[in-house]
Amino acid sequence: MKEQIKCGRDGGCGGVCCTKIEHFGVVKGRTTILDDVNLHIHCGELTAVIGPNGAGKSTLLKAILGQVRHTGDIEFDSVSGEKPTIGYVPQYLDFDTSTPTSVLDLFTASVGKYPAWLGSRKSVRFKALAALRRVNGEKLIDRRLGALSGGEMQRVLLALSLEPVPNLLLLDEPVSGVDRAGLELFYRMVSQVRRDYDLTIILVSHDLEMVARFADRVVLLNGRVEMCGTPREVYSSENMKELFGSSFANMDFGDKQD
Amino acid sequence: MLGWWYAFVGTVLPFGWAQHIFMRNALLAILLLTPLFGLLGTMVVSNRMAFFSDSLGHGAFTGIALGAIAGAAAPLGAAVVFSVAFAALITVIKNKSSASTDTVIGVFSSVAVALGLILLSFGGSYNKYSSFLVGDVLSIEPGQIIMLAAVFAGVIVMWCLVFNRVLLVSVNQSLAASRGVNTLMTEMLFTCAIAVVVTMTIQWVGLLIINSLLVLPAAAARNVSSNARRYTLLSVLISLFSGIAGLILAYYLDTSAGATIVMLSAAAFFVTFAMRRKALA
Repeated sequence: MKEQIKCGRDGGCGGVCCTKIEHFGVVKGRTTILDDVNLHIHCGELTAVIGPNGAGKSTLLKAILGQVRHTGDIEFDSVSGEKPTIGYVPQYLDFDTSTPTSVLDLFTASVGKYPAWLGSRKSVRFKALAALRRVNGEKLIDRRLGALSGGEMQRVLLALSLEPVPNLLLLDEPVSGVDRAGLELFYRMVSQVRRDYDLTIILVSHDLEMVARFADRVVLLNGRVEMCGTPREVYSSENMKELFGSSFANMDFGDKQD
Repeated sequence: MLGWWYAFVGTVLPFGWAQHIFMRNALLAILLLTPLFGLLGTMVVSNRMAFFSDSLGHGAFTGIALGAIAGAAAPLGAAVVFSVAFAALITVIKNKSSASTDTVIGVFSSVAVALGLILLSFGGSYNKYSSFLVGDVLSIEPGQIIMLAAVFAGVIVMWCLVFNRVLLVSVNQSLAASRGVNTLMTEMLFTCAIAVVVTMTIQWVGLLIINSLLVLPAAAARNVSSNARRYTLLSVLISLFSGIAGLILAYYLDTSAGATIVMLSAAAFFVTFAMRRKALA
């Protein structure tokens, strides 16, 4: 059973309207991690990827980024014809927390040519402050990366991934380390930027409750696409029951229209 | 060629140790060498490559052995080519293989040093190469200092061009890739630069301590730094200070200059380690 989300609209979204992932496969050693994954992802939609541990969720993001060798194609249906930019928020837990790198350094190294070991230009500082303002993080600019809390780090990374505003935003949510309040704040911000910038967002999530409330589409992944649809559709499916052991049909699905 | 330098030192440093030409040469060499090590060391430590850079020293050692055996017109050239190839090979294997990185490095490193020793001991004439093991900065000659200056300039230029990318890779590989950084290429460029510097300086510093000079100042600076600029600045300053003070101290104590320099860097590490909690609060 291979289901696909059909790309509903044609054009009219600006930038990348529709991201098509076709026949994606990833093999590491002798283990097949992803097998024939097909996805069409709309712009302006928050698509959440859920699945059990080892389902290949993070690998999917890394394959889209081009970091992991994969078979199959990815196609960005761009109206403008330009190469799309991809923003990425990694699982913050992968960070080296002892690194003597400040938030400003991270922006300096990412957005400009001026080498960060010589300090930062005023213009870069200004740009970084503007980006951090989007996530209520202006105060964090001179903090060391390792001194940030999980939630703060995630917001900084979100701000960084929006500078410049990408066509496609990939979010890899940490398994732990961010408290409930921080997580909710993060989801609200992601929801907001999706509306503000009409962004295509793919979010790997471990929090079924947050996904139910904030995602427009849900992809249930387990090596391949088991199911996709609206949160309500996926959550009440048999596949969901099989993979997670219980039914989630009675969750709070927020105020979205299905 | 270095007349201006000798005159300058003679004027501003009227001390016993500064009266010898070999000390004036060594001082200039230290002024060029230590900032380089301090600079490159920051990212060696940040990328957790301390063990890797150690193996580059071994590769350089084999390279020099090959150069000496080949008896080529330019043994140093042969050595540089070999160690760059060695560095590139380990980098590729490190990235492609699923075996643990330190095992891969350990294997290559042992092969390199054993091969180097075999080549150099061939015919029993090992002793004349022992300077590569221990190193002697006091033996540096004006022509070699000019060459060092060229390496110095090259590394500074490279560091301006690639630092941002190396920094991003050190923070998080996936993040770097998403910002358009070719991570393998960046790592390759960086390791090859270290290979060149290590190979060209190993005869004055020595295989046994070259990695300490690379790692210790940066490790010390890291303890008390919260941003890249301060990290770089402190690492270079600690490296410079240990270099100059170590050279002078070694002269009066009649000890090996390289080892004395390493001891001072190590002292700096322990001092900053004690200050760590306060500095990074």
